[in-house]
Amino acid sequence: MQAFDYARPGSLAEALALAGNGRQVLFLAGGTDVIIQLREGRRSCDLLIDLKHIPELTRIADLPGGGLEIGAAVPLAEVYEHPRVRGDFPALVDAAGIIGGIAIQSRASLGGNLCNASPAADSSPALMALGATLRIAGPAGERELPVADFFLGPGRNALQPGEILVSVRVPALPPRAAAFYHRFIPRNEMDIAVASSGVFLALDEAGRIADARVALGAVAPTPILVPAAREVLVGREPDAEAFEAAGEAARAAASPIDDMRGSAAQRRHLSRVLTVRALEHALRRIRGGQPAGATH
Amino acid sequence: MTTVEKPQYRVIGTRPIRPDGVEKVTGKALYGADIRLPGMIYGKVLRSPHAHARIRSIDTSAAEQAPGVLAVVTHADLPTAADRVEELGESAVNVKEVSENILASEKVLYRGHAVAAVAATSPHLAEEALKLIRVDYEVLPPVLDVLDAMREDAPLLDENRRTKTLMTGELSEKPSNIASYNRFQGGDVEAAFAEADVVVEREFRTKMVHQGYIEPQNSTASWNADGTLTIWTSTQGAFAVRNLVAEVLKKPIAQVKVVPMEIGGGFGGKLPIYLDPVAALLSKKSGRPVKIVMSRTEVFEATGPTSGTVIRVKAAAKGDRLTAVRASLFYEAGAFPGSSVGAGSMTMLAPYSVENFELHAYDVVVNKPKTAAYRAPGAPAAAFAIESVIDELARHQKVDPLVFRKVNSARKGTKMVNGIAFPRIGHEECVEAALNSDHYRSPIEGPYRGRGVASGYWFNGGMQSSVVVAVNTDGTVNLVEGSTDIGGTRASLAMQLAETLGIPYEDIRPSVVDTDSIGHNDVTGGSRTTFATGMAVYEAGMAVRREMVARAARLWGLPEDDVEYADGTVRSKKDGRQFTFKEVAAQSARTGGPITGKASLVARGVGGAYGTHIVDVEVDPETGKVTILRYTAVQDVGTAIHPSYVEGQIQGGVVQGIGWALNEEYVFDEEGRMVNASFLDYRMPTALDVPMIDTILVEVPNPGHPYGVRGVGEVPIVPPLAAIANAIYDATGHRFTELPMSPRRIVEALNGLA
Repeated sequence: MQAFDYARPGSLAEALALAGNGRQVLFLAGGTDVIIQLREGRRSCDLLIDLKHIPELTRIADLPGGGLEIGAAVPLAEVYEHPRVRGDFPALVDAAGIIGGIAIQSRASLGGNLCNASPAADSSPALMALGATLRIAGPAGERELPVADFFLGPGRNALQPGEILVSVRVPALPPRAAAFYHRFIPRNEMDIAVASSGVFLALDEAGRIADARVALGAVAPTPILVPAAREVLVGREPDAEAFEAAGEAARAAASPIDDMRGSAAQRRHLSRVLTVRALEHALRRIRGGQPAGATH
Repeated sequence: MTTVEKPQYRVIGTRPIRPDGVEKVTGKALYGADIRLPGMIYGKVLRSPHAHARIRSIDTSAAEQAPGVLAVVTHADLPTAADRVEELGESAVNVKEVSENILASEKVLYRGHAVAAVAATSPHLAEEALKLIRVDYEVLPPVLDVLDAMREDAPLLDENRRTKTLMTGELSEKPSNIASYNRFQGGDVEAAFAEADVVVEREFRTKMVHQGYIEPQNSTASWNADGTLTIWTSTQGAFAVRNLVAEVLKKPIAQVKVVPMEIGGGFGGKLPIYLDPVAALLSKKSGRPVKIVMSRTEVFEATGPTSGTVIRVKAAAKGDRLTAVRASLFYEAGAFPGSSVGAGSMTMLAPYSVENFELHAYDVVVNKPKTAAYRAPGAPAAAFAIESVIDELARHQKVDPLVFRKVNSARKGTKMVNGIAFPRIGHEECVEAALNSDHYRSPIEGPYRGRGVASGYWFNGGMQSSVVVAVNTDGTVNLVEGSTDIGGTRASLAMQLAETLGIPYEDIRPSVVDTDSIGHNDVTGGSRTTFATGMAVYEAGMAVRREMVARAARLWGLPEDDVEYADGTVRSKKDGRQFTFKEVAAQSARTGGPITGKASLVARGVGGAYGTHIVDVEVDPETGKVTILRYTAVQDVGTAIHPSYVEGQIQGGVVQGIGWALNEEYVFDEEGRMVNASFLDYRMPTALDVPMIDTILVEVPNPGHPYGVRGVGEVPIVPPLAAIANAIYDATGHRFTELPMSPRRIVEALNGLA
């Protein structure tokens, strides 16, 4: 491992000044990825900027209208222990509660999981299903970007040089709506998704599907939204036939690779299976029968 | 379940706290990585990026000039090694090949093969300096698959290697990657096939898997100005390390002292040496103590996993009898000869009495790390094959699979494939206990749920042990031994001594000492320590008893024959006078000095052991995931000295077997790079992946041991692979013949995806 400098800014302005000084910069939040990457020589930097002491990045705050803003450096354990997250956004508990193990979750952050831009990251499909957006600060000011537009390829995100991911904004859910996230892993913990599915389902007053989103992980170079699944779901009864059609749409949208974690055929198949099961879980959640973080 | 042969014991069979327990749970126990010596520096090893290449040249000049670097070594720093075989207990090694594996000279034979090493004032500086070493490689095509390696046109790892036929000692004319061929046969297989009710023929494949011990290999060496060398290391055999290091470095054995540190798991993988001579050479060059600790990736890529295998089986049944088995076993040895195929072929049919058999065993080199022992090396793959086929035969014949195993069971007098008759063994008792178990008597119901059973056998190692027992004046006792403790043997040995002396277990303090401080002890491997070192402990205890009798006889003025030792007391047979153990100990200064007993032996009377396992699984047909619902392991343990540690060994072996069956495998790309060299992608089971493993201890005492001890540590990894495969068949109707039975393989098979 090469020697590098370390900085611990106490404000966003200070952090932006450090990030924009032309040196090769990496950010440290939980450090559960970046420290390993530095140690193993997979990444290098001149300056490591610790983001854990910036107020905007380390708090969870209510948004007007019932949404929630989660600082990018907040540890996952704080996210999934937060009463509003548990009460209103259990899909986030589904995802944050299975990243790494317990020890990792007390350090690792939502922002780090997103910025790594792994196609298999657990938080991404869940946040895409929830319709979350990202607050990004940079030398030219702030901008907001849907999570779905943040990923450019494996390990590549939409942050420009000098920009910092500040927080994740999760909008309030409409009535009669729920989201659900789960993944398939060969073991029961400490693993990376072979495939994953995050779904959002909203019913109208008559009990038909008013809105839906299906997002998949680990089946393409980035996590993907499946618009075709929304098309087949909206307006239908939330029944097995509709869910099966959405599962088929998910399968068709997947463009996975073969690697040591799974085969392309297996991942396409799992895209359907996981999407159907996720929709069933979301429906159960709307009807009040599916607690947060109950499955893998 | 206890058989009638087991006597009543006072200490044996109880469950006291282990002597090393408090140090370990309070974090005070010292492991190799904890060593810090004055002036100590850090070594790092440069490893081959290629699976097969010729080394044209190595230029270390830039690395030698790098900041903080105090020494650089390559194979040129090693003395020329003798081309001779050294017995390691569970495995034998050729010293020249050990030397080549430690630092490659002309060729690298697998990715991760060590090429050079650097010692610097910090591990980071050593790592940076490695990047400055220029190795000019001529990259050669690798051969990764055992059957590919056997082809006539296969790239040769060693142009001078010829196939040795072990029955005759003959060498093949042409060079080959097949290092050896062996055959066992008896009866008339063809005739039995012709007369059979059913013949099943299948090919099984298993992948290379790793022991997965938590503690990576490490070594700290200090080469002193007088030429003496001290090594602190994590090993299953300090004396094996000493002898091999002395051999490789051409030093007198007495100049090498090896201090065995606490060991964070071995399972056979810490029998070979890798870092010790390298650290020693770096220390010699730099004049400083040098410490090297492997990373997990180095452990995967450059230590010894167990063989990947292809096993072809053709077996026949007539009625409820197993009448014939023909099998060919092809085992990957890795870069140098010496796979576990010998033990695989020796154990494959050991649970059964089968008249007609023919076993062909091939040891084949491939461009992968040199394999090492892994818990019952060779047996699990062989059992996976034969126990799957036996399941099919029993099903076809409509005989309960346990009843089929009982009917065909080997027993005392049954001949092993090598023609030697078994002594008293306990396979039949295991099957009987499995048949009567609550687990087997409970129904298994529900879709995609199934039950499987399988048996397995493993040997019991004898070999050399040496112990000293010293009695202190307050009647406490120091037990000095040289067998590294990897499974609770300090406790099991102290318990045997307490039983022999008739004193409390808590009065005995056992220590595993360095190689300067006790006679030679062979490795802790082959399930031998509680058996063989236990036998030495018994004999040393008997020597103490005789000495105490002599001391008391002197004090009483009686002939020794008139004094007896019983229940920790010395008694006069004439007049009932007696001394307790403590009273004799207290008088030692005036009766002839310290009371000690010692024993050095080659243990005879080994007791091989059997296990029969029952497992219930549920398969998710849509994801291919297998959930282990219930697991019961029945095992003949001879005498369970410390039942908790015996149960722990069984549970640990089963968990490793579950991992091997369901998820573990080395995944290589076409160039021979392992692509999953981390615990993230090399998937061992976690605590959430296994249920409580129930154990049933069957005690058929080994008549060859004073306390009936059999080896217990290795047997439990033998049956799980087949038991789980048989359960998955029962659940899905699909016979899996290739490991791992991962979700991918199962979901592809059940959904026609492949």
